[in-house]
Amino acid sequence: MVIRTITRPLLYLLLIAFSLFYLMPVYVMLVTSLKPLDQITLAQMWQLPTSIDFSSYSVAFTKLAPNLMNSLYLVIPATIISALLGALNGYVLSKWQFKGSNTLFTAILFGMFIPYQSILIPLIQFLREIGLYNSIAGLVFVHVVYGLPITTLMFRNFYASIPVSMIESAKIDGAGFMRIFIHIMMPLSITGFVVVGIWQFTNIWNEFLFAVTITTSDQQPVMVALQNLSGSQIVQWNVQMAGALLAALPTLLVYILLGKFFVKGLLAGSVKG
Amino acid sequence: MDPVRSSVKHTPSELKVATKRTKKALTKDHLMAIGFLTPSLILIAVFVYGFIGWTGYVSLSNWNSLVPDFSFAGLQNYIYLFKDFRFQADLRNTLFFTILFILTVIVIGIVLAILLDQKIRQESLFRNIFFFPMALSFVVTGVVWQWLLNPSTGVNLFLSKIGLDSKWYTDTTIIPGVSWGKIEFGIPVAIIAIVIAAVWQMTGFSVAMYLAGLRGIPEEVREAARIDGASEFQVYWKVILPLLRPITISVVIIMAHISLKIFDLIYAMTGSGANYVTDVPGVYMYETTFRGNYYANGAAIAIIMLLSVAIFIVPYLISSRKGES
Repeated sequence: MVIRTITRPLLYLLLIAFSLFYLMPVYVMLVTSLKPLDQITLAQMWQLPTSIDFSSYSVAFTKLAPNLMNSLYLVIPATIISALLGALNGYVLSKWQFKGSNTLFTAILFGMFIPYQSILIPLIQFLREIGLYNSIAGLVFVHVVYGLPITTLMFRNFYASIPVSMIESAKIDGAGFMRIFIHIMMPLSITGFVVVGIWQFTNIWNEFLFAVTITTSDQQPVMVALQNLSGSQIVQWNVQMAGALLAALPTLLVYILLGKFFVKGLLAGSVKG
Repeated sequence: MDPVRSSVKHTPSELKVATKRTKKALTKDHLMAIGFLTPSLILIAVFVYGFIGWTGYVSLSNWNSLVPDFSFAGLQNYIYLFKDFRFQADLRNTLFFTILFILTVIVIGIVLAILLDQKIRQESLFRNIFFFPMALSFVVTGVVWQWLLNPSTGVNLFLSKIGLDSKWYTDTTIIPGVSWGKIEFGIPVAIIAIVIAAVWQMTGFSVAMYLAGLRGIPEEVREAARIDGASEFQVYWKVILPLLRPITISVVIIMAHISLKIFDLIYAMTGSGANYVTDVPGVYMYETTFRGNYYANGAAIAIIMLLSVAIFIVPYLISSRKGES
């Protein structure tokens, strides 16, 4: 039910006040990044630009373009591979349960909560050994491995909603493990792949710890480059804002276009679907 | 199977044969299922559990330079850390950051979810405004809030007009600042700036969780409470909130593990800060290991971080597994 009618204006007032808080950083980012050079003083931070100027974007883009490409080369294969593996694992753990499979599932899940600092030193040693240190391929590998728990969880919860009777009748018709997966589960998994795909895309794009420790200079994904941009004293803050917006744009676009699925993934990540 | 025969009632012995056959087929498929799961299991076993073990081993070694040295050091690295000014500050900062962060995320999450649940106009617009920061990187959040909470600019341009300007993340005050070990114990004021940025980014999660929870409570429950004479406030306080407890537990666990391992937001926004007022174990681990080459010290910090997270996560995972079977 609804809180009483008299309080409704107050209700909207509160919602609008919170909205302003949430939109404030976006406002500053947009306004600053669009200002012409002579208007970029910190005292004028909140003022609207007198004229629109994209020069801070062109400066930021020249600096970040190679890293944006690195992020793209990282995020696409890593998302696809980890989603496929997650689907397969989720299928096994929901429809072909065996003695101890639930315990194994819990053991897999633990991997998604660990602080990655606790595996970082051996991981880097290992990547050096196999020659993948400081490469996008190395980062793809890392994100596939440490993405397994969350993709497995999401697909397992997703497949749990597919009725057992469908699997049983397919078995009676003589379909085996692979045929059921390809002909029954995969066609029903479109939503699952969209949710998991968006989730992995966003997380891998935004990830920083692996990126900053496993890659250097020209191999770095965009978040590391953005951090370097903002840490350097000579880069003006309007360029930093434009850079932040550019780096955020892909995931922001995904959210704007497919927000519903993003929120689904968000809720699925809390272990129980 | 012959369709005519299958419509005939099976004799018990025939049934037995049939079950036996499907059982055999099942076993083969089951082996295949296990076969497909095995590569992932091996990866997790090696890269999660094996590597944690290896990090634990490094944390007990003397490897505190560029050259690996695996000679046994006992608990020396841990003892060093607990006597270290910076690590003591980290523990204090993480403690208060976690408490303030979780409390704020829960309170704002419940408030916004209840507001959104009042059949308001433009609900999806408001929802999107509250959720979109979740799609951003902590690095982006850090870069932007670093400017917004910069003491000489940002929100202080307004706040100074009413005399409320704060030093934000540059403030070195600790409240109340009782001396404890090598550090002053209490809430580091600078950490509040980071809490604000983290809350801005993460409340979307708790709003989404609570909103889903509220929508799952049947209308009859509230009706019944109203018939019993409960006021609207009482309905929420005494009936709805207790029903949302499982959600609160999930939110606390998820937020706790995020805040205990936080690194990128602080690294991008403030770094360690003067007197390490905004330092956390994640930042210390990164700097001491990859900048200072103190690998054994870094590994010890990582293991302490892991244990602090495991305290929350392991019981959570075990109980949610029990709830399923």
